[in-house]
Amino acid sequence: MSKWLREKWFVLIVLWISILALWQIGAELYGPEVIPGPVDTAIAARELLQDGSLVQYIGISFYRVLTGWALGSLIAIPIGILIGKVDHIRNFAEPLLNFIRFIPPIAFITLFLVWFGIGEQSKIALILYATLFIVIMNTLTGVLSVEEDKIRAARSMGSSESQIVIHVIVPATMPYIFTGVRLAMGTSFMAIVGAEMIASNEGVGYLIWNSRLFFRTDWIFVGLISLGLMGFVTDRLLGLFGRKVLGRYGVVSSSPGKR
Amino acid sequence: MSRGNASAASSLHTITIEGLNKSYYEVPAKAAAGDVHYIIKDVNLVIKGGEFFILLGPSGCGKSTLLNMIAGFVSKTGGNLRVGSSEIQKPGRDRAVVFQQADSSLFPWLTVRQNVEFGLKMKKVPKKQRRVISDQYIDLVGLSGHGDKFPRELSGGMKQRVQLARVLANDPEILLMDEPFGALDAMTRRTMQKELVRIWRQTNKTIVFVTHDIQEAILLGQRIGIMSSGPSSRISDIYEIPLSYPRDVSALEFYDYYSKIQSHFDE
Repeated sequence: MSKWLREKWFVLIVLWISILALWQIGAELYGPEVIPGPVDTAIAARELLQDGSLVQYIGISFYRVLTGWALGSLIAIPIGILIGKVDHIRNFAEPLLNFIRFIPPIAFITLFLVWFGIGEQSKIALILYATLFIVIMNTLTGVLSVEEDKIRAARSMGSSESQIVIHVIVPATMPYIFTGVRLAMGTSFMAIVGAEMIASNEGVGYLIWNSRLFFRTDWIFVGLISLGLMGFVTDRLLGLFGRKVLGRYGVVSSSPGKR
Repeated sequence: MSRGNASAASSLHTITIEGLNKSYYEVPAKAAAGDVHYIIKDVNLVIKGGEFFILLGPSGCGKSTLLNMIAGFVSKTGGNLRVGSSEIQKPGRDRAVVFQQADSSLFPWLTVRQNVEFGLKMKKVPKKQRRVISDQYIDLVGLSGHGDKFPRELSGGMKQRVQLARVLANDPEILLMDEPFGALDAMTRRTMQKELVRIWRQTNKTIVFVTHDIQEAILLGQRIGIMSSGPSSRISDIYEIPLSYPRDVSALEFYDYYSKIQSHFDE
């Protein structure tokens, strides 16, 4: 037994069986309407998969999150570098950043609907907003923590200011940018679910919210698990990208056993 | 050295320091009242081209500040600071800097070779030519075969060799070194000191070397400028060390210089 405990797969199997068992016990105690058990949830998932709606919802939510997040990151990284590099801009922007970043994306939904319409644009704008400030703040912190010696070394080797930005500041800031981008993925998921609950006819958030009309708590569970899986898979892929492609910049990934 | 044909060429790179001051508290009203705190005050010094010059002094005496001013990193408050006939205003390729901490100054995302080629790449030297030059200097500092490693895979002494190769590849006139061996263990430090003397004699660069270690100063320098402890520090004395290289720490003359300089700090 103790020998088995040292095996990773064995521990994992025991852990998952216990979780599923606890879940099932909860379902038995409170009834399937309050807590749908693993079996009921699996049946509901098959139902939603068969009519194609789950795949469609996951697809549309992914599309919104990835588009808004990628656009937001692309805009935020240069802004963060600029704010970090230029003292005058930082003095002006820093209080502003710390004011706006405390306004959660969800609070903007109505305004974004008014500004960008009921279509995809308003949701993508919302994700973009959710991404923007996290990535800016992290990039900015990274730029400020680049060692002075590196910049001085580059300067005395004849680098121009733009060469210093491209060849020293950006690579040295890479771990911070990566952390920002990774955290932003999390907030993007939170924002999209809120947006889809309030203003959409599609997406995982819509599924969760709409299920209340039919009192289908099992569908809600399917929605929740889908969100968790979507986030998990994206984060793992992002971590893999960080390790394989950005490893030389000192980006480390937090996935277990791979340090 | 008498004034001859050789010094005419090297005088192009003579570092001339006249009445140099540095203060970090530049409040005009206070300055007018004469209430100014100087890090260094009224430093006068001429370092000839090709010379190995040591700045020796206790910690916090402002010797790094003086070095950073020659490098162009720190602006002066008053006085003159020239290389050849031109006033120093900003960092330049003619004055290379070797920092104390290799970890904070090397680029960890680049390999040894890419670090050495950095300055050449900034100057847009073609790739093939870069390769030839980096091979030459990686070889000179004794790192042949380590070109494709990353700095984190190297020991402290090897990292300082990378720093040396990285600056030498840009063919600077002057090497400014700020306690470059201070973080190394005693044995590695001894090796690096010997290597530096060898490289200096091979390349004929001017070296300004900051240290607080008297033995290191006598082992390396042709002249040693002693800085008084701050604030308002200045060059209080200059010792000529006419011993031939490589120098022997256990030699009698070496000990004479050691005790002479040591007594200077005991006062």
